[in-house]
Amino acid sequence: MLTQIEGSKAVAEAVGLCRPEVVCAYPISPQTHIIEAVGAMVKAGRLGSCQFINVESEFAAMSVSIGASAMGARAYTATASQGLLFMAEAVYNAAGLGLPIVMTVANRAIGAPINIWNDHSDAMSVRDSGWIQLFAETNQEAADLHILAFRLAEELSVPVMVCVDGFVLTHAVERVDLPEQDQVDRFLPPFEPRQVLDPDEPVTIGAMVGPEAFTEVRYLAHALQLQALARIPSLATEFAAAFGRRSGGLVRPYRMEDAETVVLALGSVLGTVKDAVDSLREAGHRLGVLGVTTFRPFPAAAIADALSSARRVVVIEKAFSIGGHGILGADVALALGRSGRDGPRVHDVVAGLGGRPITEASLRRMLAEASEGRLPDFTFLDLDRGLVERELRRMDATRRSGPSAENLLRDLGVASTRIG
Amino acid sequence: MGHEPVKFYQVGSFAVGNRLLDRDERTVQSDSGRSNSLTSGHRACQGCGEALGARYALDAAMRAAAGRLVAANATGCLEVFSTPYPETSWQIPWLHSLFGNAPAVATGMAAALKAKGRTDVRVVAQAGDGGTVDIGFGALSGMFERNDDVLFICYDNEAYMNTGVQRSGATPPAARTATTEAIGDEPGNVFGQGKNVPMLAVAHEIPYVATASVAELHDLERKVERAMGLRGARYIHILVPCPLGWQAASCDTVRLARLAAETGLFPLFEAEHGRVVDVRPIRKRVPVEDYLRPQGRYKHLFGEHGRPDLVAAIQEIADGNIERFGLLAEAVEAGAR
Ligand SMILES: Cc1ncc(C[n+]2csc(CCOP(=O)(O)OP(=O)(O)O)c2C)c(N)n1
Ligand code: SF4
Ligand SMILES: [Mg+2]
Repeated sequence: MLTQIEGSKAVAEAVGLCRPEVVCAYPISPQTHIIEAVGAMVKAGRLGSCQFINVESEFAAMSVSIGASAMGARAYTATASQGLLFMAEAVYNAAGLGLPIVMTVANRAIGAPINIWNDHSDAMSVRDSGWIQLFAETNQEAADLHILAFRLAEELSVPVMVCVDGFVLTHAVERVDLPEQDQVDRFLPPFEPRQVLDPDEPVTIGAMVGPEAFTEVRYLAHALQLQALARIPSLATEFAAAFGRRSGGLVRPYRMEDAETVVLALGSVLGTVKDAVDSLREAGHRLGVLGVTTFRPFPAAAIADALSSARRVVVIEKAFSIGGHGILGADVALALGRSGRDGPRVHDVVAGLGGRPITEASLRRMLAEASEGRLPDFTFLDLDRGLVERELRRMDATRRSGPSAENLLRDLGVASTRIG
Repeated sequence: MGHEPVKFYQVGSFAVGNRLLDRDERTVQSDSGRSNSLTSGHRACQGCGEALGARYALDAAMRAAAGRLVAANATGCLEVFSTPYPETSWQIPWLHSLFGNAPAVATGMAAALKAKGRTDVRVVAQAGDGGTVDIGFGALSGMFERNDDVLFICYDNEAYMNTGVQRSGATPPAARTATTEAIGDEPGNVFGQGKNVPMLAVAHEIPYVATASVAELHDLERKVERAMGLRGARYIHILVPCPLGWQAASCDTVRLARLAAETGLFPLFEAEHGRVVDVRPIRKRVPVEDYLRPQGRYKHLFGEHGRPDLVAAIQEIADGNIERFGLLAEAVEAGAR
């Protein structure tokens, strides 16, 4: 059914259609509208005997999901940013135990400085936890990925995180085609757990494992992710057949034919990137786009294949490894390096941190530089160099130069205009 | 001299010998058909009070639940010594997740059961004092506040034993731990700190709170049974001496647990919905010195450079408990009349 709907509500509706049995979450912007909407559905009796539990922290939210999932219930939670970090220990635990929990992460920056706006630092912080990580490009996909996520999670007994850009998607009202209940029921069978706490067949779950088997346990988690790598494309095909549109999959190429420069990115920025590429193509630049839907497991082969005839790749990243490099870019470079082919050069462009808009104009400027071979390997889009230099000079000159974030705001005149 | 009713005592203790009781008054432990939830072969130290307490409590819970029980367990000695996989001592469905989340995991289990409309299976969660009063306290308080259908059992050995005997929020004053060494002006753990989680549980006004001891099997089992007869959040805090951490003889576990109660240092009480409803009387009051002396963790209080002032301060704490809870048998009997 086509509706004009807020991204969060669309996600909530999709989750509701998946018939969750236990939903437990703790509020944090920009995830709040999702859990409020699911909570309302439960309260209105739309989700049968589903239990909606208000807890005291994200750590508890994930822990409740762990208990519920181990008891054989379909469990869902959602969080963002500080909340994801607050639950991090349990995030790893859910994956280690192989519990097929589905969680929405309404991507948001991590403080300090505290910032409620969108970037991908939160999802990247648990990149290595053993969760499958899917990134939504649109609100339609945000909704669809949840249906795929439950199916994938439960088939493999691996938790799945659906990453939805905070505010950009969660708070945007768009047209979304919400599936019918019977369509979802046909696509997503009832949860049949691989392991369950059952008095009729008592098992011990969560035993200590020493050096004798820890490597093998971890390898198995990796093997399941590799199975997911094979399963995700076929599930996307099944999904297309069942719902009449493409959602999910590993990567999504756009105007890649004869592209010399390929822009690679995760999530909602792909829309703007495509607009920029369209207009640059009109101006004669040979550009294409590769959207990455599945970030973990990392589709190295699919990416290396898609980029095989490109001359350069520009990776747009809404997070980076401070003191290191881009995170997605490093994975892409490794995938290309290991493909054994003479691959394209990888440029990392950090953009959109803490909600800074990634404008088409900035993208066009940066991509023109790339086409002309003038783009450095690692850059920050729209970085205010003057502002940074000024603070660096201040720190050099004065030992007690004070808190940097506040200094920058003062230099910008933001704080003074607010207070003054 | 008035008539003295017959009492059956085992030598040196007040435990009632099972063989002298009617069959239905005997303990779960004396029943050869008991579930042995935590069965033999685990790797606890000899004389481990926690192993004893866990088996006592869970076997009683299993009987009360007709064998339909699932357990969430926090990280700690109990978890580590019971599951050196591929061996496991658990004969019940059992899940270990993390150190600080057992109450929330149990909430999830209870929620799953509710979603599935199953009322036959009951949920217990268990943790050491560290997993309960410190790192798990936020989750515990949340579980209490929501009145989730979980029986939470704390096995209190008064320190982080699994990591090598460090201080917890339940470590008593003057006790030596690896992070409160017996040195300086105030040797051992300082006075005036620590929290009384049983009373904090009472303050949550949950259906049932009790303290229990591995020295009082009948009492412990009765309390577990009572807790299992209720729904909602329930809490039992069991004192479980740890020979290793307390530097005490393995054979003294039960004796020390008894002395903790008889001195007044560990009051045994029950509370319902925010009110203390019953206390277990002290029959033979003992000075705290009798309890402290056999424990190496207090040895700096005695001997040539001993600290009688600190022993007196501990005595004051015990006296305070006795007064606060009305623990003397006379007081209890007077109250009963
Ligand atoms: C988050 C976290 N912090 C610290 C630890 C290390 N740790 C494991 S068990 C334990 C102490 C357990 O103490 P307690 O709960 O009293 O149980 P006991 O071993 O005394 O029975 C600690 C500190 C951990 N596993 N996880
Ligand atoms: S250290 Fe203490 S609690 Fe741990 S197994 Fe030994 S006696 Fe039991
Ligand atoms: Mg302890």
